[in-house]
Amino acid sequence: MIGIEHYLVVGAILFVLGVLGIFLNRKNVIVILMAVELILLSVNINLVAFSAFMNDLVGQVFAMLVLTVAAAEAAIGLAILVIYFRNRGTIAVDDVNRMKG
Amino acid sequence: MDYASSFALIAPELLLTGAGLILLLVAAFGGDMMARPIAILSTAALFGAGIMLVPGLHSGVMGLDTYAFGNLMRTDAFALFAKAMIYLAAIGCLMIAPAYFATASNGNESGMRAEYSILVLFAVLGMSIMVSATDFMTLYLGLELNSLAAYVLASVLRNDSKSAEAGLKYFVLGALASGILLYGMSLLYGFTGSTDFGAVRAGLTGELAIGALFGLVFVLAGLAFKIAAVPFHMWTPDVYEGAPTPVTAFFATAPKVAAVALTARVTLEVFGEQSDAWQQIVMFVALASIIFGALGAIGQENLKRLLAYSSINNVGFILLGLAVANEAGASAMLIYLFVYVAMSLGSFVALLMLRGEDGTLFETFDDIKGLSTTQPLIAWALLLLMFSLAGIPPLLGFYGKFVIFQATVEAGLIAFGAIAIAASVIGAFYYIKFVKVMFFDEPVDLVKGKSGAAHWVLLILTAAIISPLGYLLTPSINDLAGKAAEALFLIS
Repeated sequence: MIGIEHYLVVGAILFVLGVLGIFLNRKNVIVILMAVELILLSVNINLVAFSAFMNDLVGQVFAMLVLTVAAAEAAIGLAILVIYFRNRGTIAVDDVNRMKG
Repeated sequence: MDYASSFALIAPELLLTGAGLILLLVAAFGGDMMARPIAILSTAALFGAGIMLVPGLHSGVMGLDTYAFGNLMRTDAFALFAKAMIYLAAIGCLMIAPAYFATASNGNESGMRAEYSILVLFAVLGMSIMVSATDFMTLYLGLELNSLAAYVLASVLRNDSKSAEAGLKYFVLGALASGILLYGMSLLYGFTGSTDFGAVRAGLTGELAIGALFGLVFVLAGLAFKIAAVPFHMWTPDVYEGAPTPVTAFFATAPKVAAVALTARVTLEVFGEQSDAWQQIVMFVALASIIFGALGAIGQENLKRLLAYSSINNVGFILLGLAVANEAGASAMLIYLFVYVAMSLGSFVALLMLRGEDGTLFETFDDIKGLSTTQPLIAWALLLLMFSLAGIPPLLGFYGKFVIFQATVEAGLIAFGAIAIAASVIGAFYYIKFVKVMFFDEPVDLVKGKSGAAHWVLLILTAAIISPLGYLLTPSINDLAGKAAEALFLIS
């Protein structure tokens, strides 16, 4: 029988993968965008799992809201990436260093 | 409560939404030609929304009358106080923008973009929703509306590689912060069965489940990211340096107010029953921000970076007021926020006025050597602002620090207050370095550009507020902050 903890573990694994994807990735900014989506999806798994196991609709409504925002966020992220690429001609993470930090 | 009264409660937000959407159409059809009228109309909309706050702010509304949409939002005195500060800061940032964008600088084409003011409007709308949110869903909606507009604002200079880089960094780290916050909210939802602040509070009594504790920590981490508190501050100097200066002024003021107000609402209301769990975290974050803000600024040559560290340092003091977790602390926090907004807006306006003959903006210490002989008025205003940021007595910055320390000491947290005072002495070093460079170094006479009237007006206004004249304002600010703090603690 698959219980709620299985869903939560999957959610937690995805979340950790997303965070690691942002910090350990040294190659490409697009990968960071994918990692951000991964984090948001892990949240959605949590929300939907809780919602189903508690028989409470709020979690599913919240998941829809998160999906919408994730789409808007990806659109804006890609737009910023495009103007960045136009200026610098590269999207490698190691080159994002005009300012130290 | 019916819908009509709910809509009446969120009238300022409705006005901002309507103005934003209509002006967006104007911008789409009129193009950048319309940038100036749009800026003026946006300022008018913010001003109108601000006027709507006055009656409620004055009478200090709180309680059931302020619940909108079945307690998804609450427009009590606390939310109104935060909104008033946000609108004022945003009006300031809109006023300084046209003159900045009118002169081409650092290889950018001149001319203001029509979207700028609209993005500010939408960001302000998001903050407005944030500060009155009493449900995790409303909170997330407001936070994202604010953040998405802010990411675009940071990279609004499309041909400037620094601005694009600032936007990219802000986006990546901001999205990570939202993700962490959201993960925390999902855990809290799972362990308490609701997203409503009151219901979550009721679910978080007694011994905390490990999952709920994780939720609490994740939510606090996400919020600390948004207010740029240590250890989640690393994006601040880069974003502040890279973003165009009016945008930096905006980031340092309005979103800070919104995020701090939101943090106060979440910690005091949602985690109100668990103050032992979060008080230590917030206290650690506050002291770490004060110390790292002070130490990090030493050795910075770029003035915008320096002000970024200064804002981290100030956020520490604000959080110190929050960590006290009583009404006096919350009221002190709000007073400090007001003083902080005036000081940092003034400092960034002063930076905007450091222009060369061709309109290039100067941003380093080398460029302002001996400013007092060539531009005495700017130099004296900066002197007031820096002394006020350092908290030197006759100025209003001292009063802000004083009320915070008073609340800390009265709550018996004397050791923490002492550490904060010691760190603020370290911080005084770089504020005084500012003054030393301007007044005692050999003049380089680079700052020759003329500044717009709006810049002068704002600089003199903020300098007047933080000068001893500002103490005339303190009775009314104390009164408003007191009512706001009372409204915040009404439920808790």
